[in-house]
Amino acid sequence: MYPYYEQDWSVLPPENNRRFNPAFNMATIRQAFTEAVERVRMPTPTRLRDLIRQIRAARTAAEERAVVNKECAYIRSTFREEDSVWRCRNIAKLLYIHMLGYPAHFGQLECLKLTASTRFTDKRIGYLGAMLLLDERQDVHLLITNCLKNDLNSSTQFVVGLALCTLGAIASPEMARDLASEVERLMKSPNTYIRKKATLCAFRVIRRVPELMEIFLPATRSLLSEKNHGILITGVTLITEMCENSSDTLMHFKKDSGNREIVPNLVRILKSLILGGYSPEHDVSGVSDPFLQVKILRLLRILGHNDPDASEAMNDILAQVATNTETSKNVGNTILYETVLSIMDIRSEGGLRVLAVNILGRFLLNSDKNIRYVALNTLLRTVHADTSAVQRHRTTILECLKDPDVSIRRRAMELSFALINAQNIRTMTKELLLFLEKADAEFKAQCSSGMILAAERYSPNSRWHLDTQLSVLIAAGNYVRDDVVSSTIQLVSSSPVPEQTYITNRFWESLQVANHCEDKQPLLQVAVWAIGEYGDLFMYGVNEDEFERPTESDLIAVYHKFLTSAQVSTTSKQYALISLAKLSTRLQQCVEEIQALITSFGSHLNVDLQQRGVEFTQLFGTYKHLRPPLLEKMPAMQISRISSQNGESGGSFDDNSPDVMENGIELGGSGTHPLIESNMNTMGDNTNILLDLLGSTDLSVGASDLAMATDLSNAVHKKNTRNANNDVTSNATVSNNQDLLDLLDLDMSAASTTAVMGVNLSADHNSAANMNTMLGGLDLSGFGGLNSMQPSSIPTNGNDLASMLGGLNAGVGGAPSTAAVPPIGGDVNSSSLLGELNPTTVSNNVTVPLQRAKLTALDKNGLVVQLLPVPGSDCMKICITTTNSSDNTLEQYVLQAAVQKSFKLQMLTPSDSVLPPGGVITQEMRVVATSNAVLRMRLRIQYTLDGQQLVEQTEVSGFPEQQLSNE
Amino acid sequence: MLFMLLFSRQGKLRLQKWYMAYPDKTKKKITRELVTTILARKPKMCSFLEWKDCKIVYKRYASLYFCCAIEQNDNELLTLEIIHRYVELLDKYFGSVCELDIIFNFEKAYFILDELLIGGEIQETSKKNVLKAIASQDLLQEDETPQSFFDDHGLG
Repeated sequence: MYPYYEQDWSVLPPENNRRFNPAFNMATIRQAFTEAVERVRMPTPTRLRDLIRQIRAARTAAEERAVVNKECAYIRSTFREEDSVWRCRNIAKLLYIHMLGYPAHFGQLECLKLTASTRFTDKRIGYLGAMLLLDERQDVHLLITNCLKNDLNSSTQFVVGLALCTLGAIASPEMARDLASEVERLMKSPNTYIRKKATLCAFRVIRRVPELMEIFLPATRSLLSEKNHGILITGVTLITEMCENSSDTLMHFKKDSGNREIVPNLVRILKSLILGGYSPEHDVSGVSDPFLQVKILRLLRILGHNDPDASEAMNDILAQVATNTETSKNVGNTILYETVLSIMDIRSEGGLRVLAVNILGRFLLNSDKNIRYVALNTLLRTVHADTSAVQRHRTTILECLKDPDVSIRRRAMELSFALINAQNIRTMTKELLLFLEKADAEFKAQCSSGMILAAERYSPNSRWHLDTQLSVLIAAGNYVRDDVVSSTIQLVSSSPVPEQTYITNRFWESLQVANHCEDKQPLLQVAVWAIGEYGDLFMYGVNEDEFERPTESDLIAVYHKFLTSAQVSTTSKQYALISLAKLSTRLQQCVEEIQALITSFGSHLNVDLQQRGVEFTQLFGTYKHLRPPLLEKMPAMQISRISSQNGESGGSFDDNSPDVMENGIELGGSGTHPLIESNMNTMGDNTNILLDLLGSTDLSVGASDLAMATDLSNAVHKKNTRNANNDVTSNATVSNNQDLLDLLDLDMSAASTTAVMGVNLSADHNSAANMNTMLGGLDLSGFGGLNSMQPSSIPTNGNDLASMLGGLNAGVGGAPSTAAVPPIGGDVNSSSLLGELNPTTVSNNVTVPLQRAKLTALDKNGLVVQLLPVPGSDCMKICITTTNSSDNTLEQYVLQAAVQKSFKLQMLTPSDSVLPPGGVITQEMRVVATSNAVLRMRLRIQYTLDGQQLVEQTEVSGFPEQQLSNE
Repeated sequence: MLFMLLFSRQGKLRLQKWYMAYPDKTKKKITRELVTTILARKPKMCSFLEWKDCKIVYKRYASLYFCCAIEQNDNELLTLEIIHRYVELLDKYFGSVCELDIIFNFEKAYFILDELLIGGEIQETSKKNVLKAIASQDLLQEDETPQSFFDDHGLG
């Protein structure tokens, strides 16, 4: 029989289908005959195998492309000709071309035509094409849904099978809904071939549309009483999916599963599998149907989870599986692995759990890498539940740290961290340090942070802790995260004096080793910090440990080496400069060398280093008397993050320690705490305002600032941030300080630490304790976070950020001298700390103001803003006087200013924020020019009048010429 | 199982079966990424990879890599068994299968896979039943292929 005369099931309607001819007369037969002869005469299309040969014979990609393009063009043309005889061959070729990565979507409709054909070959290829070529496009799906519906009702089991298989692979939610009832009907078919396929189809339907679960429930009842393994395994798969998806269904299965209770039923099947004799059909190297066994074990796990009765019912069989399974091959271990997971997840007996952990212990020793990997993975999952059992395999786990396989090393490392406790911290740390030294770059950051966390929690004494910290810094080099630097600084600062001397000596020693400065920058940073901070102890204190002390000139020579090395990062140089400044008050002879070195930075190419150079130079000249108090030793810092977490988790520590650990690691890493994020968002807004003000289009400034804020979150005391954020939200009243801070925030949007800290200050309910933590935060910002972000921020927005930060840094240095410097406000509230920054410079800048013309910036509705510029030696001071001659009171008055990038602007606290009729607000700002440009200034004045917020913007120019501040 | 890929040591894709609806572009991207990652791994390494939110299980048989993506809860070792079962079936069907068999008869390879898995789950654990089903369908195909002057009528 020629296929030509077969009834054509084309998707086209009969009137468009020229071969569909109801009038089957002589004329049409003749016509058909001539057509057939034509076809024989015409060359037949290339055979699939020939095409594949041609493509494989292509020597270059271009050649291959040429062959494919030619064939595709040919296939397209045959599609146009409605030629159904070769359609299936053409589609097959197209599928091969598709696999090579060429576009083949023009064949989608042809696939559908094939599936509608009556020939099985066509259907087979058609559905294969449909599975490969169809995406979830709706128009095509309607067509395929119809084809599927037809074929699901076919009398040939294989046609039904093809349709079910296709539905299982590409069911979209719409298709699932449309065909669910058909699938449900087929699930009850007496034909096992169809039934098992329909059951898995139901599984897919539920995956896509969980609501459809209901209609399949009755049909699942009989599945587990079948003998056929195909039906059993698909049935268990379907029930597992249902139970995982809905707790109601889980209850339904537990209570009533039609014939018998589900747990005993599954136990029976499993038992017959392990105890039943050899069945060649399902045997896999001595294990009877491992596929089915694993599926059953998994369903048992779900049923026994948090259910003592069900767990009781399966204890025995689990023990039987665990002891009876042959473990020489992968199959056996597959089953044991699943059994262990089930034992750990249900309410199993203690003895069974020990058995499970021992199985994993054996796995760890297995020569097969896959088994070892699985064991580590499972131990990691179960370590929370039963730490002591896992501890027994500690040595084996540590061995796995040396495995050549990355996947295994990663798991072993994570597991090692989970196993650290107060008893084994020393040995574990020793092993992990060895690992850290040799570890790939990708591990170093996580491993070092993890070790620091563990040491912080379990260290037996402070000497050991300090040594560990140092070893980690040495071993992990440049890969350590910023949190390690800050936590080490905190640790050192809170250690007793002898320890500080000791560790400073150790740091000094470690700096002597070659290469340590380039590829161990974090170590360098911590080391110079410690040497600067404890220089007096280091050089002249009690030398208990009998370290060899360098001479002062040796010390300065090393600093000189770092500061001039091109390999040392700017951040490290920042640390070194501050450290050097500190040393100037601690050393006895080399002060001049220090001064010379610092002064040389006054012309450094890096803006921030230059700024530091210039500002520290001031401390050797005009403000010499301020140097000792400003560079006092830091007060001991509160141990931050980790200890506070420790406090919170309290006694239940052992139970959830791995979680805490992970949190810690995560925090240290990206620091995407929601609070911090929200903080960043508001900062982003502010930055935008600033950009508005500056009239700048450089949005990247904002972006980089945000990025820096993320970095900062590492350094910011987590709790502090939280407090501060709370304060931001709760503190609705706008105080003077906050006004300033708004500006600070605007101008130095990157400096979230300062902003956060400042806001904290302005909060009324600050207690002394809070002050302390703030100091901690301050210091961190001074030496960790802020420093590290300055270099990137300066070149981008180059405004007054640096000068402000400089001021802050000086303030940080002099933090303990808060009491010595009289606070501006008189009352010692928390805001005085911020005020303290100002008087240090205010009180020492008693230049007589020259009479100059006042510039009127704004004169509107009785509100007059006047600027009085007073050129000074290093900066221009501008006094802003705002008067109110109207009859209304202006509240929440805020003046913000912005200048070009070539200037640096610093604004001081205004005298008030409320402007009553006839009232005056004064405020001072300082402008430092960094290039010879004409100063222009934009002002934004914001106030509330009768509860309505008003904003004025104005631009001021005509300031007197200013000399460059840095000569 | 989310998808299965077969590719050669040269990185040429030989078979792809997707049980998740990804757009074509994503499929290509995933394939490219996985092929390069897996080919870069050394033979001594374990067969598992953590990749995005799923696990990749792969195994090399002669010149062909069999690679499956499974969900977090799935049993990695069992996936190796499934791969092995598929290889056994191919071997039985083609008679000591080689890469060329799969290249030239890729549609058969798909048909066999479709009799082993549906929607990424095992439907039949008996090798015999799978091969029987394939043989019956091949027979069905042969029966309807005319033997007269359209000699090379089938896929050829």
